Amino acid sequence: MRIAPLLGALLLAAAGPAPAQTSTADGIAQYRALLADGNPAELWEAKGEALWKQRRGPGNASLEACDLGLGAGVVKGAFVELPRWFADTRRVQDLESRLLTCMQSLQGLDAAAIAATPFGKGEQANVESLVAYISAASRGLKFNLPQARAEERQMYEVGKRVFHFRAGPYDFACVSCHGEAGKRIRLQDLPNLTVNPGDGVGFAAWPAYRLSSGELWGMQRRLNDCYRQQRFPFPGYASDATIALGVYMGVQAKGAASSAPAIKR
Amino acid sequence: MSDPMRIRAQVQGSGAIVRVLMSHEMETGLRKDAAGKTVPAWHITEVTAALNGKTVLSAQWGTAIAKNPFTQFVVKGAKAGDKITISWVDNHGDKRSDEATIA
Repeated sequence: MRIAPLLGALLLAAAGPAPAQTSTADGIAQYRALLADGNPAELWEAKGEALWKQRRGPGNASLEACDLGLGAGVVKGAFVELPRWFADTRRVQDLESRLLTCMQSLQGLDAAAIAATPFGKGEQANVESLVAYISAASRGLKFNLPQARAEERQMYEVGKRVFHFRAGPYDFACVSCHGEAGKRIRLQDLPNLTVNPGDGVGFAAWPAYRLSSGELWGMQRRLNDCYRQQRFPFPGYASDATIALGVYMGVQAKGAASSAPAIKR
Repeated sequence: MSDPMRIRAQVQGSGAIVRVLMSHEMETGLRKDAAGKTVPAWHITEVTAALNGKTVLSAQWGTAIAKNPFTQFVVKGAKAGDKITISWVDNHGDKRSDEATIA
């Protein structure tokens, strides 16, 4: 209901007669194209960049020494190679769990406390901004998750099983909605994540700004809500199960260009 | 303290096209929180745009505008290098003003 005025404003702004719609899908595509021009995720990107460089926490340190996989402080290109294995933690980590590691080791913040904080509150809001900034630095680059290590290949296999695991009161699995092309829930297309869904679709479209709630969602929050919709218990924030799903989807999306942070209904 | 706006201004034909993203909650005053209490209205009430200090657009906004609003308009006669300033005032009396150079 709060989307309507924005859409109205955008339609007015894009002067000229509206082209005839040939199908519902075309209408949806036109609506998205209008929205994409003023993606509020940019506001999070700006906040995240400032947070990355700002000295914070008991350690009074910035995150500029944080190694996201391409060396300390390298942001550009890091996002499209995550999740990956890290030697210091001896774990496969996604962007959000890696940020928790850096916030704890460099800034002295309590990673467990941040993981237990509700989405969008306190330090979690800062993680969301950081995620927007870091993913934006890899916009247009192609996903290329490393699979050289046994741990990374194992996480892929675990992720594949989690993706296909049917349970809960609805007897649902991720694959129930994301195993077939051409499906949608209301206005949102459901990408088939068992194959490479293509550039800027599925895994390559998150983090994203959600118009319906006016929030920026990282992959952790996206997965958390997928599980809510399946009526599963909530997965732990930055837990191995969520990271394994990231590895599975990321490896499937190899070669797809990232459009993150994207804009969603 | 409000977050900065993102302003993009580009020459287009004999003028410039300006795109602005503002960071604001835009609460309508109609929603209720988890405890059932009304969330008080908090939204932008006035937006002005100035080209080199001269007002070229002024608008009165209300509760029907989306959160983190995006607005776009064309200024006739604007040239590259001109300064465009966007300002807003909300119903708490908070103000924000940001400037961009037309490219």
